[in-house]
Amino acid sequence: MSALAPADEAEIAQAIGEARARATPLLLAGRATKDGILRPVQAETTLSLKNHAGVTLYAPNELILSARAGTPLAEIEALVAGAGQQIIAEPPDLAALLGETEGAQTLGGVVACNLSGPRRITAGAMRDHVMGLRAVNGAGEIIRAGGRVLKNVTGLDLCKLLTGSFGTLAAITEITLKVLPAAETTATLVLPGLDAQRGVAALAQALGAPFGVSAAAWLPRAQAARVGELAGFAASVALVRIEDFRPSVLYRGERLRALLSEFGAAEILDEAPSRAVWRAVRDAAPLGPVGGHDAVWRVSVRPSAGPGIVAVAEGLGGRCFLDWGGGLAWITAEASAETHRAITEAARAAGGVWWLMRAPAALRASLDVVPAEPAPLAAIARRVKAAFDPAFILNPGRIHVGL
Amino acid sequence: MIDLPDPKPTTLAARERIIAGLRALLPEGGVIAEALRLKPYETDGLSAYRQVPLAVALPETTEQVASVLRFCHENGVRVVPRGAGTSLSGGALPLADAVVIGLMRMNRILAIDYADRLAVVQPGVTNIGITEAVRGAGFFYAPDPSSQLACMIGGNVNMNSGGAHCLKYGVTANNLLGLKIVTIEGEVIEIGGAHLDAAGYDWLGLLTGSEGQLAIVTEVTVRILRSPEGARAMLAAFRSNEIAGACVDAIITSGIIPVALEFMDRPAIHACEAFAHAGYPLDAEAMLIIEVEGSIAEQDDLLARIKEICARFDPISLKISQSAEESAAIWKGRKGAFGAVGRISPDYLCMDGTIPTGRLPDVLRRIGEMSDSYGLKVANIFHAGDGNLHPLIMFDANDPESFHRAEAFGADILKLCVEVGGCLTGEHGVGVEKRDLMTAQFTAVELDQQRRIKTAFDPDWLLNTAKVFPLTAALAPAMPRAA
Repeated sequence: MSALAPADEAEIAQAIGEARARATPLLLAGRATKDGILRPVQAETTLSLKNHAGVTLYAPNELILSARAGTPLAEIEALVAGAGQQIIAEPPDLAALLGETEGAQTLGGVVACNLSGPRRITAGAMRDHVMGLRAVNGAGEIIRAGGRVLKNVTGLDLCKLLTGSFGTLAAITEITLKVLPAAETTATLVLPGLDAQRGVAALAQALGAPFGVSAAAWLPRAQAARVGELAGFAASVALVRIEDFRPSVLYRGERLRALLSEFGAAEILDEAPSRAVWRAVRDAAPLGPVGGHDAVWRVSVRPSAGPGIVAVAEGLGGRCFLDWGGGLAWITAEASAETHRAITEAARAAGGVWWLMRAPAALRASLDVVPAEPAPLAAIARRVKAAFDPAFILNPGRIHVGL
Repeated sequence: MIDLPDPKPTTLAARERIIAGLRALLPEGGVIAEALRLKPYETDGLSAYRQVPLAVALPETTEQVASVLRFCHENGVRVVPRGAGTSLSGGALPLADAVVIGLMRMNRILAIDYADRLAVVQPGVTNIGITEAVRGAGFFYAPDPSSQLACMIGGNVNMNSGGAHCLKYGVTANNLLGLKIVTIEGEVIEIGGAHLDAAGYDWLGLLTGSEGQLAIVTEVTVRILRSPEGARAMLAAFRSNEIAGACVDAIITSGIIPVALEFMDRPAIHACEAFAHAGYPLDAEAMLIIEVEGSIAEQDDLLARIKEICARFDPISLKISQSAEESAAIWKGRKGAFGAVGRISPDYLCMDGTIPTGRLPDVLRRIGEMSDSYGLKVANIFHAGDGNLHPLIMFDANDPESFHRAEAFGADILKLCVEVGGCLTGEHGVGVEKRDLMTAQFTAVELDQQRRIKTAFDPDWLLNTAKVFPLTAALAPAMPRAA
């Protein structure tokens, strides 16, 4: 097992070019906090981008930030916060959930895995805000995609294709993100005591109202109890967040409270507890500690199908909660092929998708960690992979066997 | 006229057999082959370029699209997809040996779901048609290209269309959930669905804006949003482009993202005022239209904040609309800009580059210099929040020399956009118009990377050939060999 961690892009390109010449697979990593997501990669050599770090451009007036892939996300969050701005998709820090070091993740890792938090439901995913990329493909060639402007339809959108491709097409070396002003303040309506069905109905009502809801989640009683600010409700909770200028947050909070009155009396959490609650939801903390014999799934379905996924997960003796208005289920349950089959069949039946986020390596190697693609699409995927990575050396098998 | 690939002699020679083959696959009236009836399909929104196609096929179902594509693939026939034909970049320009597949008969809304906030529509539904279908329940479909009364969602997907309100709501790619596509081999594939995010590669993201290079879209699942309580516009006029640009920066950095932030330069103000009598200040060098949303009180709050910022930049005038009617009047000139320019010049080219917003004053100054040296007038309209610049170059189509100068002027503007860190096209697409400028933005390695992706979907390069990528002797690039 050898490890390379070059500091500049030319060296990264050279390392990949040499690996291609020798047909040696590479495990691509940043700080390796997400190696446990999806399938394990069989590779003798790790190519880490952690030393290729640093913010290269930040223009708050143009809502644009560029940074090298190895830049710690926390460093970027602090920088933009200093100018009153934020990373729009609110990416989670899943280190605790995945049993890794907290706060260490890099921008490259978050983009390669397309991880987005609660604001995804209304403001888009990481992939929606990647305006430009530099990357090295599997032939060792440096390619650029997109640019440093907010609106760009020039050529095929490789930014979206590479975002979320888990390093199987190219090593992303630099990323340009759209950023936005952070809201002046935030508040959260809490509706206690609703079951999943009623809870998601309340979220749908809120998201379908003209009051700029920015996030909507539902937690069962046991999961709410794991969040300090919610434990006092001693009940399941539907959560609705507003983020805006102070007068708007006050006004919209009251309008939403009135609109949702058929679901009970809402309590409104102000800024500090709101931030704590949504940070917990973002990081899937309400699932609680995950043991070595447990697995974690992320399931995305149409929001109204979320309660059905909750019922399946709870029927398996697992724990779960819903974000994205009900459309994203975070689940932990026993790590076994049977549990996996039950959860993924429920997702499939609801027309949705899943990601196996954590499980013992042997299990991850033997399962469909994301849905298999229909044959004609799988054939295209294989040809697209070859178009970037002709020798199939970049993170082979990370998403699908043989890809 | 731009170079197009030589028609395949075998296809031209087999014309009657191809038409008969298509007629066998489609319902009565589903194939157009008569010269007179082919004429309307010879061009699109970029009317300077014209080419009558071999035939036009008008399928009514996904299965018919699949059978037509299978037939074309088996016979090596090129295919040009077309919606309403409003492309400003020649995206739907036919080829002499190509079958145009018109999707306008697939114009049904298949499902609307307010609980999950989505609609499933066929590609021939107009952009405004989606909003009209959900307006009664208080919802809308956000991307609003200027052509929204006519343009179709299938074309919007293929060009990743934007609009005046995408500063807040994003472009087409940000408002899609799923697609049904047909590959050139005639395989029907569902991408995405009613859920968020792709597990596996983001095919939805790749297909959006792919300009018909990868597949034909036969069904689209869009997100629908609840309309805001209300919206109101204000108008701010300034003594120079620099000052107006600095004011835009100040608004954005103050933490306010207006729902729209439109910039017009002096020629654009004059053209629009003469046309719409919107009350625009004719003594201004630059003008901003700024729109905010929310309740009346929220609008008041935001407009007051913005007014305070504008006041710091020595404005010639500041006018906050007091009613929906006044807002409509403020927008009337901007929305009629193309017609307004059309009134003062027989013809114009609408360019579409994007620049880093901070470079606006410099770019406008250099466009002004080019205008002088080319001897052609230009009016600039700019989506100031997101840097998307639309110079309207005025020329006379009856004078071929004037048209060539306009084209060269346009190319120089786009190269300037790339030079200052921007791109060739923000929302109109590359099409045939900007195809040969792609080398100004991308290296040969980068273009080959994109071309290999096309090959992965369309190995014989039959789909919308001669668009997006510069013509090369062998259309498809060599695939790299494994070591």
